[in-house]
Amino acid sequence: MTEQTHFVDIRHAQKSFGSLEVLKDISLTVERGQIVGIIGSSGSGKSTLLRAINDLDPLTGGEVWLDGVQVNKTLPHRQYEKHINAMRQQVGMVFQHFNLFPHMTARQNVTMAPMMLKGLSQEAADKLAEEQLDKVGMLERIDYYPSQLSGGQKQRVAIARALAMEPKLMLFDEATSALDPELVEEVNMVMKKLAEEHMTMIIVTHEMDFAASVCDRVLFMDKGVVVEEGPPEVLFRNPSKDRTREFLRKHLEGAK
Amino acid sequence: MDFELMQKVFPFFLEAAWTTILLSVLTAILGLTCGTLGAAARLSRFRSLRFIGAAYVSVFRGTPALIQLFILYFGGPQIGIQLDAFQAGVIGLGINAGAYMTETIRGAIIAVDSGQREAARTLGLSNWQATYKVILPQAARLMVRPLGVNLNMLIKATALVAAISVIELTYTAQRYIGSTYKPFEMFLLAGILYMIILYATGRAVAWVDRKVQIT
Ligand SMILES: Nc1ncnc2c1ncn2[C@@H]1O[C@H](COP(=O)(O)OP(=O)(O)O)[C@@H](O)[C@H]1O
Ligand SMILES: [Mg+2]
Repeated sequence: MTEQTHFVDIRHAQKSFGSLEVLKDISLTVERGQIVGIIGSSGSGKSTLLRAINDLDPLTGGEVWLDGVQVNKTLPHRQYEKHINAMRQQVGMVFQHFNLFPHMTARQNVTMAPMMLKGLSQEAADKLAEEQLDKVGMLERIDYYPSQLSGGQKQRVAIARALAMEPKLMLFDEATSALDPELVEEVNMVMKKLAEEHMTMIIVTHEMDFAASVCDRVLFMDKGVVVEEGPPEVLFRNPSKDRTREFLRKHLEGAK
Repeated sequence: MDFELMQKVFPFFLEAAWTTILLSVLTAILGLTCGTLGAAARLSRFRSLRFIGAAYVSVFRGTPALIQLFILYFGGPQIGIQLDAFQAGVIGLGINAGAYMTETIRGAIIAVDSGQREAARTLGLSNWQATYKVILPQAARLMVRPLGVNLNMLIKATALVAAISVIELTYTAQRYIGSTYKPFEMFLLAGILYMIILYATGRAVAWVDRKVQIT
């Protein structure tokens, strides 16, 4: 474990679904406080890579390390469960379709995990929920059910829910892709705020402008490989690979 | 139609209806228990348990409930199972209903969006914590109505235990036909009482269904 120096260290990640190879030997490191964007066309393996980081889609080859601990360890079932639950508590994840718990209010969505996993009292958890929901601008709707919220509001509650576990890494999988265009900005604002607080983040996105404005580094993925990576100003303005140029050109046309 | 006769036998039918209700309640409790265990087995991560669950469902849904009752009540003593008719009725029908409820409960659980479990697991909840905090409360809402259908079927199936001489509604009707020779009146009376029981049950299910829905 001593050779481990990167905060997030993905080594030779390989993933197949049956005969379909979705990730082909991907290596990636992220340092504490860094914000890494992942772009690429649909089906290129972005979600699979992100989900491999907390072992939601276990890799078929390679390793994932977080802060000096290997996430995808091979362990007997019980030990693995204990290990992975502890790891996942440290990694927040935000999904394209929010996945809020519909039978719980915004407050309950936020307090459930800290109460269950960290033994917070109701009062402490309520205070935490108020804090986190305030942070994402949702304090006024604290006792609303997800069905009573707009998409943008749901996603902000989902972010608060993840933040309530005080994760050291946040993963965003197309957090704004399912939103009506006018609701995208309110979610982006929350993410920008996290960026200002130096939260370590890996952000899969289709929004090049947003990626350019918050990311320290952007990766372009295609067909299970990282084709090119670099600072956004280089990757977006002056990509070195044809495939990257092609993708960006098509994407710009699509955006118009 | 002989209303006078119907009036005369009514108290006895009413008493028999209580037996039908008691039979139904006990069968429903056993059925729900078997159904919950069956669904848990069918959704287990252990292949052997999944196999047992699947076998349970196909055997008990794949043969007539009446044959199952006969095997238990008449065949039971041959293999050392001594039950009185009422016990055999409850156990036989309960295990049979459990096979149907297994599929209902399992269906409701797998109908909950897979993103729900993922979101819970991502927060660090164990599989079991995710199941009972996130999946089951949502599945419960989905299963009330189909379980209501199972319950309706189960109540009607209690008529089968007349064949092993449990003195419930159907058996009582048959018995009075023997002494009165009025099958129309006797079966009509039984039918009306069944309808009242089923109607009340249906209303109760609808009430529970409304209560458990979110907002
Ligand atoms: N659970 C799965 N089973 C089979 N194939 C899958 C599964 N999840 C993803 N895939 C396939 O893997 C490829 C990459 O998917 P994904 O990582 O979701 O891409 P992206 O997020 O870049 O759109 C796609 O071809 C997709 O169909
Ligand atoms: Mg995706």
